[in-house]
Amino acid sequence: MNKLIRNYQADVFFDELIDHSGCPRFSAQRLIECLDALPPDELEKRRLTAESTVQAMGISFTVYTEEGNIDRTWPFDIIPRTIDAKDWAVAEAGLKQRLTALNRFIDDLYHDQHCIKDGIIPEYIIMKSKNFRPECVGISPAYGVWAHICGTDLVRDETGQFYVLEDNLRVPSGVAYMLENRAITKRVLPELFENDDIKPIDAYPAQLLETLAALSPRQIERPGIVVLTPGIYNSAYFEHAFLAQQMGIELVEGGDLFVDKDDCVYTKTIYGPERVDVIYRRIDDLYLDPETFLPDSALGVPGLMRAWRAGNVALANAPGAGVADDKVVYAFVPDLIRYYLGEEPILPNVQTFLCERDDERAYVLANLDKLVVKPANESGGYGMLVGPHSTKEEQDLFAKLIEANPRNYIAQPTLKLSTAPTLTGKDALEPRHLDLRPFILQSKETYVTTGGLTRVAMKKGSLVVNSSQGGGSKDTWIVASKGE
Amino acid sequence: MLSRVAERLYWSARYLERVENIARLVSVYDDLLYDLPRDIAVSWYNLIEINSDVLLFEERYQVKDERNVLKFLLSDDTNPGSLISSLKMLRENIRTTRDVVPAEMWELVNELDLYAKQNIKQGVNRPDRHTYLNTVIEGCEKLIGLLTGSMSRDAGWHFLIMGRYIERADMNTRILDAANSLIMQAPEEEKIRLGQVVWSKVLKSQSAYLSFRRAMRCAIRGAPAVTFLLTDVYFPRSQYYGLGQIKIAAAGLPRPEAVLSHVEALLDATHGVENSQDLNQVFSDYLNEVQLSLIKLHDQITDTWFHYVQGEAA
Repeated sequence: MNKLIRNYQADVFFDELIDHSGCPRFSAQRLIECLDALPPDELEKRRLTAESTVQAMGISFTVYTEEGNIDRTWPFDIIPRTIDAKDWAVAEAGLKQRLTALNRFIDDLYHDQHCIKDGIIPEYIIMKSKNFRPECVGISPAYGVWAHICGTDLVRDETGQFYVLEDNLRVPSGVAYMLENRAITKRVLPELFENDDIKPIDAYPAQLLETLAALSPRQIERPGIVVLTPGIYNSAYFEHAFLAQQMGIELVEGGDLFVDKDDCVYTKTIYGPERVDVIYRRIDDLYLDPETFLPDSALGVPGLMRAWRAGNVALANAPGAGVADDKVVYAFVPDLIRYYLGEEPILPNVQTFLCERDDERAYVLANLDKLVVKPANESGGYGMLVGPHSTKEEQDLFAKLIEANPRNYIAQPTLKLSTAPTLTGKDALEPRHLDLRPFILQSKETYVTTGGLTRVAMKKGSLVVNSSQGGGSKDTWIVASKGE
Repeated sequence: MLSRVAERLYWSARYLERVENIARLVSVYDDLLYDLPRDIAVSWYNLIEINSDVLLFEERYQVKDERNVLKFLLSDDTNPGSLISSLKMLRENIRTTRDVVPAEMWELVNELDLYAKQNIKQGVNRPDRHTYLNTVIEGCEKLIGLLTGSMSRDAGWHFLIMGRYIERADMNTRILDAANSLIMQAPEEEKIRLGQVVWSKVLKSQSAYLSFRRAMRCAIRGAPAVTFLLTDVYFPRSQYYGLGQIKIAAAGLPRPEAVLSHVEALLDATHGVENSQDLNQVFSDYLNEVQLSLIKLHDQITDTWFHYVQGEAA
């Protein structure tokens, strides 16, 4: 019996590392053995090393508070989360299938809207969506792909089945943290990598660059590709800089770009203007172009939409792609997969109640204390009601919000999120809930990260994993069996 | 290279050089005070005067003692020229140019920044001051070494070089001016004794002591020390060498003409002094002129490369 996990209680949840009999799962066997072989207190030392490594690596994210923006260091748990490569292969296929269908759907919405005509999805859902952009109707981006970079949140229920919790098709973030988590683990627990068959994850920046390059409207050897950031006050600025650096391309702010009379986009360089072919934009749609969207936004580039519509520059993700990450549209994704691909969905959705529908709304209102209610278009875990952890006042408030704007709310059963051992004190491991955000790239080819970013709720019993609300993260290992 | 990124690289190099210079200056001053004959009165407050910080200092502190001067120069984050503030600006500039500098740069800057902040008390209090300042200087040299060893000699490199040498040239003139006025103020009978100590410390502050010995082959006195630090062709902290580096860097960039002719003029005006009598008010005024001209050079660099005017160049 391993001493480190002797008293470990995974409870009724699926634990990623330890099975119900208290033994390590296959993917975690060598990890647990290795951790067990460490002298007493060693884990605490390694935790401190990790802390100073995170500081030295300058891994931070920005939290907005009333006192101003604070650059916080990244909360990191040193015990990796492991996933069996066989399980992962299924999830990977499901993610590719899902994004392919979502892109077909977005392209259809901005063209002939067959999915509405064929009754797959009701028209009102699209027409009332905050993220449907009439400005994009009739545009045909390369390969028919609108969402080139997608971050899909996966959870596992008590049986270990993966479910899709949500798709992030606008400007998903977190991939830099995924890569940095691995870098930290390699420094802090190097011995873990000696005997285990852990799949590498570092291909991502190269894959991203390839995905972007394939979008260039000009068929030239070295297209101009840039990362467009809103600037240092954005919570994901660290990631923007990290990705630009890893891809060897320029990190630009709106003020570094301009659209000339020829409807082409240029950077302002010391040599003069230089043509830009592809923009990996990390700015929300509405801030992209003050000529088209919010006129007083200074983050974007005047005329950018004009250049995009003229086909002179590719935007990743394309404006308007967010229409498909609406949480109401989410409920229809399994049907969309069947409709566009003629296949059964590999990854199921979490059961979802649409408040727009009278019967489902009645059920939601009667069960607010059991359900999780989410607004259709918020991210970062804001504006949510977690029923079992809420007060009567909060439930009443949400009842009113739902009645006033049913289209804007969905509800889901409280998930029995899976757990993994997390260091909570000297040589003390306790289960903490977590999710997983893999990243899927699509242009000419489709690529899925090996694993993804594991986010973990550091507080006992908590289900909120968002970094802006006290969540942390872990390195994520896809572990192959021998010979795989 | 984006104009904005070019500007931040230039400033990164300036701040990096500034951090190192502050650490060197305080370190040498510390050493100087130990070596001075007891009857010669030299105050820490001179350090405030050479940096033209008198007003800023007096707004913040009443007593002009060692502790306050060191706090002001090292740890005061309300003084934009302090070591800590300069490091912060260095870090901010690197943070926004990470995509064009070597990958390790960001981490090394963080290490240096963390060390300097966490151990700042050691810098202010005397017993560990030397270790503290030395560690900061080594941290700066590590950064310069990283850049030298792994950065492509493209436009980004040229901006770093210009930033580094313009900052260095500016500090060089300030240090010379400080030493010059220290000796000018001293009573006639102490000047020779004081001069011997001060000029050797000035050379040490620029790591120039041994190079001076080899190049000049003479005793350390004011005139040869000044001449060496201003006109030596080979020493990387001399005025002449630094201006030459700026010239080479500018020549590798587009539209360098205005900057080049300004540097030429500065080079032409760079001269040494014949003998110690020449170290007087006229010399001090000359150094002031050079400083003003360096400010103009900075403005010219800014206008030429950092203020992008649409359609101006193609």
